[in-house]
Amino acid sequence: MANLKEVRIRIASVISTQQITKAMKMVSASKLRRATNAIVQIRPYTEKLKEIIDNLQSNMEGNIDLALAEKRPVNKVLVVLLTSDKGLCGGFNSNLIKVARKLVSEKYAEQAAAGKLTILAIGKKGNDYFRKTGYQVDTRHLDLFTRLSFENSSVVSEEIISGFLAKDYDQVEVVYSEFKNAVVQYFKSYQMLPIEALEAPVAVKATKHDYILEPDQAYIIESLIPSFLKIQFHRALLDNNASEHGARMTSMDKATENAGELLRSLRLTYNRARQAAITTEITEIVGGAAALEG
Amino acid sequence: MQLEILTPDRKIFSGEVISVKVPGAKGQFEILKNHAPIISALEPKGQVRVITAANKTEYFETKGGVVEVLKDQIIILTEA
Repeated sequence: MANLKEVRIRIASVISTQQITKAMKMVSASKLRRATNAIVQIRPYTEKLKEIIDNLQSNMEGNIDLALAEKRPVNKVLVVLLTSDKGLCGGFNSNLIKVARKLVSEKYAEQAAAGKLTILAIGKKGNDYFRKTGYQVDTRHLDLFTRLSFENSSVVSEEIISGFLAKDYDQVEVVYSEFKNAVVQYFKSYQMLPIEALEAPVAVKATKHDYILEPDQAYIIESLIPSFLKIQFHRALLDNNASEHGARMTSMDKATENAGELLRSLRLTYNRARQAAITTEITEIVGGAAALEG
Repeated sequence: MQLEILTPDRKIFSGEVISVKVPGAKGQFEILKNHAPIISALEPKGQVRVITAANKTEYFETKGGVVEVLKDQIIILTEA
């Protein structure tokens, strides 16, 4: 028979755990709301920028040679791995790490073996994992998520872009989690650099507007492409941030639910034990009284 | 004319305007009603002057970016 006191202590500890998970869920829910707001905020900018680039492209006569689209033999690779700083968010980080490992082993096994692969870890969890595996891990921007803003993320993306131009890397991949909703995330990667070459349209579109281009087309495109890369990178960061909070919210909700179930069964055990103790006591008293009378 | 000034973080300005003066990469220029379609890069650091429909003058700092004018729709994209 379970000891009454032991069960009582156990119940108290489960209750306090449940309170913590419940609070964490609430915190994540409000952080999630803020994170999804940020995604909504940058949408108009992203769409307009894309529209202008498309407009320019449809007016292009002849191809433009962009330094950022230069395809070189892949010698050095940079993998940017976005993870969270804290755990307790279900399989979120391990899924991201899995995507990164798969990417490295399938696409860049050669470069990794030659030590030509660097991982730029943003978020502590990715660093914790890859530090132990012997890859080169760049941790200069580890804490970017704690000060997430376009200004700060631009610093990182500008560094990546200039690194590519300086031939520090020949290919850059970003591993992140795309935010769908609080329950669904897509863990994936995209190739940040080199970008796909912009090609002049094969057939001239009927809706072609005759824009005046100042100073000239090449200049505008060259100044807009980095903006586009920066915003794309920032979007990946925001998505990853929202996904993290979504994942944490779901897993904490599950934990709260599990604690509730555990509590129910513990209370049943407790009451059963209490009842048994009372029954024994009554039997003893009755027995004792009978012995006195007899 | 309809003007929108957008940054990645938020929408700085949106509304009806009479005149917009932008720091183009090739030189400052002013956009009035029925301006020809234009796409122009902006200076790395500059200032946009807006005269709103209510005849109020407003200034906005810009950092790089681009301006597009099409059919009296002006869009300025800038980073901060």
